[in-house]
Amino acid sequence: MKSRIYLDHAATTPVGDAARTAVIDALAVIGNPSSVHGGGRAAHALLEGARDAVAGFAGVAAENIVFTSGGTEAIALAAHGARLAGPVRPRLLVGATEHSAVLQARDDGQLLPVDGNGLIDLQALAAALATGPALVAVQAANNETGVIQPLADVAALVRDTGSLLLVDAVQAAGKMVMADADFVALSAHKLGGPPGVGALIVRDPQGLIAVQHGGGQERGHRGGTPNLPGIAGFAAAVAEPRDWRAVAARRDRLEAQLKAGGAIIHGENAPRLPNISSIGLPGVAAATQVMMLDLEGFMVSAGAACSSGKVKTSHVLHAMGLGAAAGEAIRVSLAATTTDDEIAAFAAAWLAMAARLGRKSAG
Amino acid sequence: MSLPIYLDYGATTPLDPAVAAAMEPWGVTGFGNPHSAHLWGYQAKAAVEVAREQVAALINAPVESIAFTSGATESNNWALKGLLTAPGQTRRRIVTLATEHSSVLETAQYLASIGAQLTIVPVRSHGLVDLGDLERALGEDVAVVSVMAVNNEIGVVQDLAAIAALAHAVGAVFHVDAAQGFGKVPLDVQAMGIDLMSITAHKIYGPKGVGALYRRPFTVIAPLLHGGGQEDGRSGTLPTALIAGLGAAAAIAGQRMAEDHAHAVMLRDRLLAGLTVQSQINGHPDRRWPGNLNLSFPGVAVPLIQHVPGLAISSGSACAAVTGRASHVLTALGLAETQAKASLRLGFGRFTTAAEIDTAATLLNAAVQRKLAEAG
Repeated sequence: MKSRIYLDHAATTPVGDAARTAVIDALAVIGNPSSVHGGGRAAHALLEGARDAVAGFAGVAAENIVFTSGGTEAIALAAHGARLAGPVRPRLLVGATEHSAVLQARDDGQLLPVDGNGLIDLQALAAALATGPALVAVQAANNETGVIQPLADVAALVRDTGSLLLVDAVQAAGKMVMADADFVALSAHKLGGPPGVGALIVRDPQGLIAVQHGGGQERGHRGGTPNLPGIAGFAAAVAEPRDWRAVAARRDRLEAQLKAGGAIIHGENAPRLPNISSIGLPGVAAATQVMMLDLEGFMVSAGAACSSGKVKTSHVLHAMGLGAAAGEAIRVSLAATTTDDEIAAFAAAWLAMAARLGRKSAG
Repeated sequence: MSLPIYLDYGATTPLDPAVAAAMEPWGVTGFGNPHSAHLWGYQAKAAVEVAREQVAALINAPVESIAFTSGATESNNWALKGLLTAPGQTRRRIVTLATEHSSVLETAQYLASIGAQLTIVPVRSHGLVDLGDLERALGEDVAVVSVMAVNNEIGVVQDLAAIAALAHAVGAVFHVDAAQGFGKVPLDVQAMGIDLMSITAHKIYGPKGVGALYRRPFTVIAPLLHGGGQEDGRSGTLPTALIAGLGAAAAIAGQRMAEDHAHAVMLRDRLLAGLTVQSQINGHPDRRWPGNLNLSFPGVAVPLIQHVPGLAISSGSACAAVTGRASHVLTALGLAETQAKASLRLGFGRFTTAAEIDTAATLLNAAVQRKLAEAG
């Protein structure tokens, strides 16, 4: 049987050993963390221990952590629950290359353009903020290209106008310094924890109202019985950091090889996460590439993994001004454990595909 | 010291080992994003679809009508908010019962704070709504009637089919919070006329953190979580293992429904027979899920729960335990606040043994006798 190589770690990445053990152990804890009896107290202690671990990872206090069902819910909670002074939710400014969970969180968001490298247009942000404070949503790093946004500059503009900053750190967490923002969204399954759990880091809990009502859990910020095994796995995952130091060099070697075979790397000139590469093959639809590579045993994606396997033109690449090329790129995303052999095998398969399907180059 | 006996199945249930086994192939936590367009993605997707069929089969629903969520609280939020904010929605009123779960009541109150109208219908002293009371509360302006299948605190089972007929007579949508009923009592969404139904796994020996919303085809509700568009109106990466756990829990519950019911009846009858002190069951004596007993002890006016440390039980819902308030369900039945706080909710089920029930009865007898003696 042909070996299969998984290079789609930005979609989801395997659960680490410590996280797996934590999930299994927590599954055996009988009790609802809200119950006052012994079983409930054991569950509650597990929940609060996990909260401490995630808070330590994020560099905040336990009271600044609200556990959710994942990154999408964390983002929705901030987008709908964030308040400046007064009862009305602030207007929303949102980067054009944000994850769809951010772009679609509200239907009244105002888009902020990005440049050809995928970096937010700071002048456009300043101009938009000149008309009054807002909730500004800018991701730490992009899920399709890995491009890292200049959050310090964004945060300064936000702070100077009395606005609020929401950072989607779902892809970045664990791979770079934690964003300093009013709200930071995290997802466990992107960093070695289980799917179905995430968190919103909240600088000022008083400035957040609940969006999912009922029960009063999470200090009134999120109703619903907490997913305790998931949360325990999340906490174990953040306590088991992965070493990304060698990954960027591995990724760069791959990109150099593919470029020699006609590849275009999107976002190449911006700072990027070490593990994500957006690789264009001119003239070949992304869906075709993904299918070809899957048949050869390589699992990658065309842009984000959402929407039930549908492959569409990437809104991220489109916002970067790529036109037709926005539908001709695949995302390759590495784990810290991806080996040089795996990368070499992928490079060979990609180059063979490019030779068969790619536009014959002029030279 | 031995562990307390767990009799709080209404708060959450132990994971069935068979459910854990069904989750195991997905790495306990699932691997492969079910939305990815490659082999591991397709395998995860297949597991999700098997679970969808298992959930659908248990309630006689079309497969495509099941959307997975993070639990019943999210499903209740989605059902009510999604309906009231649906495109073209012209009706503004929500009708629900005083004994609903806080995730329904607080969501309805939130919607009322932004322009909806809310009618909360009282229940009779046995916990069941009087159909005449409900009918008088309804009108052509009602968008949704929301009634729970099995009450989480007192176990009473509402007459869902009759309520559905009343709701539909005025053109309203009928939503059922089945967090405590799904997998325990027969729920046939087609025969009973249920349009929206909230489901959770962890009350039927499945994992926490996963649930579903049944949506009758052509019942239009707005999305709640936006993003990747994974679940047709509910975005976010689907947790494959949790969903496989929900599916397995549903399948087992379907196979074992009669057996589980008979076991609960046996345990309940045994507990009641073992109680030598005078007790009173809160809620209807017959129209109830047998795995719940909500008891008051005449003459005892202090919170008993602190005096039976050998039992893991609750007074009211686990959620209310956070706030320390008297149960809104028991006060809706007409109990005074002190009576409500002195009541105990016992929940038991598949893994509770007769020996545990006998011990529980002994411990309860002793605690109540002590309190009665202290009260003089």
